[in-house]
Amino acid sequence: MLFALCALAGLLVVVTLFDLVYQLVKDATPAVSRFGFGFLGHTTWKPGFNIEGAGALIYGTAVSSALALGLATPLGIAIGLYLSMIATPRVRATVGPLVEMLAAVPSIIYGFWGLVVLVPFVKHLEPGLHDALGFIPLFGAPSTIGISVLSAGIVLTVMILPIISALSRDLFLTVPEELKDGAAALGATSWEVIRGIVLPSTASGVGAAVVLGLGRALGEAIAVSFVIGDVNAIHGSLFQPGSTLAERIANQFQGALNNLHLAAMFYCGLILVVIGMITSIAARAIASRFDVNRTLGGGVL
Amino acid sequence: MSAASRLVLGDSAPFDPTAPLTASGNLGRRTMVDRIVRVIATAAALFAVAMLVVVVYGVFVRGVSSLSLSFAFRNPQGLAGGGIFNYLLGTIEVVTLGAVIALPIGVLTGLYLTEFAGPRSRVAGFLKLALDVMQGLPTIVVGLFIYGLIVIPQHVQSGFAASIALAIVMVPLMARASQEVLLLVPGSLREAADALGVNRWRTVLTVILPSAVGGIATGAILAIARAAGETAPVLILDSIYNPSQTTLDIFHGVPTVPMLIFTSVELPIPEAVARAWGAALLLMLMILIANIGARLWLARTRTKMAR
Repeated sequence: MLFALCALAGLLVVVTLFDLVYQLVKDATPAVSRFGFGFLGHTTWKPGFNIEGAGALIYGTAVSSALALGLATPLGIAIGLYLSMIATPRVRATVGPLVEMLAAVPSIIYGFWGLVVLVPFVKHLEPGLHDALGFIPLFGAPSTIGISVLSAGIVLTVMILPIISALSRDLFLTVPEELKDGAAALGATSWEVIRGIVLPSTASGVGAAVVLGLGRALGEAIAVSFVIGDVNAIHGSLFQPGSTLAERIANQFQGALNNLHLAAMFYCGLILVVIGMITSIAARAIASRFDVNRTLGGGVL
Repeated sequence: MSAASRLVLGDSAPFDPTAPLTASGNLGRRTMVDRIVRVIATAAALFAVAMLVVVVYGVFVRGVSSLSLSFAFRNPQGLAGGGIFNYLLGTIEVVTLGAVIALPIGVLTGLYLTEFAGPRSRVAGFLKLALDVMQGLPTIVVGLFIYGLIVIPQHVQSGFAASIALAIVMVPLMARASQEVLLLVPGSLREAADALGVNRWRTVLTVILPSAVGGIATGAILAIARAAGETAPVLILDSIYNPSQTTLDIFHGVPTVPMLIFTSVELPIPEAVARAWGAALLLMLMILIANIGARLWLARTRTKMAR
């Protein structure tokens, strides 16, 4: 009896997942049949003219997430190392939960805060970055508003930082004490223990943590919608506004002009589902090779 | 590099234990690198804590002036005046219904994974994968799914649709939390019950669940705190409502706190923005306090169960 109930609950989870994919495919059909796979590469988004393409959205999603990952990966690993190897147990017990608390702040707060606090800050940051690194096309002419792909990347960095740091901290803590002590006894400094023992033995788990963070960044809608501007354009410069798949849905769903416009957003959702599934399965595949036990923050991260 | 660090760094040069230990001469450089790494790691941790402080402080200074008892217990008046009582009530209603739906499904799934499926069960492996994928889904996509499933056939946006979407967000979190706590229940308890000839389902209900209930509850609180701040599904499913009226009719639009923030941010009325900051502060405080409380309780439960 209880077994049947439990099995039913499990079945419900699986059925929900399949139904989700079915429902998205069904509602995206008008757009899929009209635009086909060309949707992925086409960069025009003019719902009034019944032309939609996700090229610019995919570009914006990729750039903002890559930026977030590029910033959050080294930071997150460094925090993980600090918490697992450098901090005293008491500091670890205080700072660790504080870092995880970054993951508890809702995305609407990050969006609101990003728009009012971060965006003006980024506006002042841009001229300096342009002067120092302007020879790289990424740091083009500063914009005057601060609403930009860079702002979105920074917000996403803060949002995925706790995921990467908490996961890598837990991984680093699983490295056997004997190995670290052995290396230290051979005269290795802390950094050499990290470089020679800790990082190589946890590399794949850290990879899984980074992929999980990436999945989160790719699918974030609300926070990004506040700071990126929802402009359908591909710019080489990070200082220009842009758009992402999830953010476009959040921004335009309420004001959908017609069924095709709605279907195009379901098509974007379908792309997000595929991306989300790939990242989840990839993270799992990477982690399972090392039997990483994901027991973080009660599993809420 | 000394012989020791060569070995540590995994160089392919064969390690010769008979070689004399000679000072490499660059110990200064090695300790310098070590010190730099420590400083960088410490700075990174400080940066993360500083970000938390900057975000919390940023919301606090802008929202604290709006907070008062009447802010929480009065309905809004016009676009900018009054409190946010109906929004708070709506969020509580929508999230509670979602949690009521998600909790049994999550706990039963956790029970299935720990008590009924064998450790090498293919079905359990697939179910865990499904939970992982569900947890990794962008929440806006969950909103789209329920929009097609419920809102389109019913032709009306509703708090109910949002509750279902939030339940989908909560189920994997609750299932994972239950699974982890259930795994901590000592096997000797199960064996003792088996030895007494107790049914498996009776063992689960009278022995295993009672000893895991604290952990399951804290996991549920963490999941509910996550759902309470979710904006994307509410935006898709429950964005058409009467902003100045208290309503408990869940089958129509119900105002929620995240939607209040989302819609007020770009209004050209300073009072409306101030009210949104107040709502943001209240929402953030509730979520952070729930998180901190649940974590403290969880830590206590874990140490108690480990004994």
